[in-house]
Amino acid sequence: MITKMNVTTIHVIDQERAYDFYINKLGFKLVNDIPMGPDSRWLTVSPPEQPDLQLGLFPVKESKMFTKEVADNLIDLIQKGIFGCGVLTCNDIYATYEELKAKGVEFIKAPTKEFYGTQALFKDDSGNFFSLQPLNNFDKGDKI
Amino acid sequence: MNNISTEEYPKVYLYRRIVQAKLYIDSNYAERIGIDNISDEAHFSKYHFIRLFREIYGTTPHQYLKNVRIMRAQQILKEGKSISDACFSVGFDSLSSFSGLFKKIIGQSPSSYAKQYRNISKEISRTPLAYIPSCFTYQHGWLENRNFEDVEE
Repeated sequence: MITKMNVTTIHVIDQERAYDFYINKLGFKLVNDIPMGPDSRWLTVSPPEQPDLQLGLFPVKESKMFTKEVADNLIDLIQKGIFGCGVLTCNDIYATYEELKAKGVEFIKAPTKEFYGTQALFKDDSGNFFSLQPLNNFDKGDKI
Repeated sequence: MNNISTEEYPKVYLYRRIVQAKLYIDSNYAERIGIDNISDEAHFSKYHFIRLFREIYGTTPHQYLKNVRIMRAQQILKEGKSISDACFSVGFDSLSSFSGLFKKIIGQSPSSYAKQYRNISKEISRTPLAYIPSCFTYQHGWLENRNFEDVEE
């Protein structure tokens, strides 16, 4: 029986820049930063209140995993904003939106009341996008 | 970016001022700041500010400041600095109040936390592959090159 998701992958263009984005802008916690030889490291982060889910920030580059052609194509698609990486929840969507915006995070969609709840969309430093929603999907979002 | 105006959501001006105060704490936690400085930053009366901050963040500004200081102290200890370095560089005046609060929030004393982190770091340096799911080590080709002696700590 499957019980949990423990580790998942986010493909990034530049691992050091992604470190700064996920740790210093989104406020994620560093879980592992293990050097694995030249130009290679195992880098994982977790959402602040979800320590048992690790997001592996994997650089896309020519390697055992990717031919140069595949890496170039994947980088192109990431930069074009094709990949949605998940839904992140927050206590207060307007406060989170204002804070991330102040830190330079690029939003594709400001918090908007949809029929299914209040939602915003933002991009990471590579071009992957995330949905941002209040913890309770039926929460209208505004706390004050 | 679409054309949705950020002004459309309710009380945007209140949110911006509270967030500004939260970011002020994030940047100035190491200084001698208190509720008066923080509420001034948000241009609110003290009690109005505390109420709004609590509504948004679920904690008081003072409690949040204490948490930020302890989280930062954790990082400093992980960098191998001493407990007094961690204590004084995050804005505490006394080692005993720092240690007491650290233990209350983190669940172990600063020295025990630092020691545990050192031990884990040594273990990771010694056997890095034990800390990475094998599917990822395979995908990256790390299983084929198990010689990590040259990796700097």
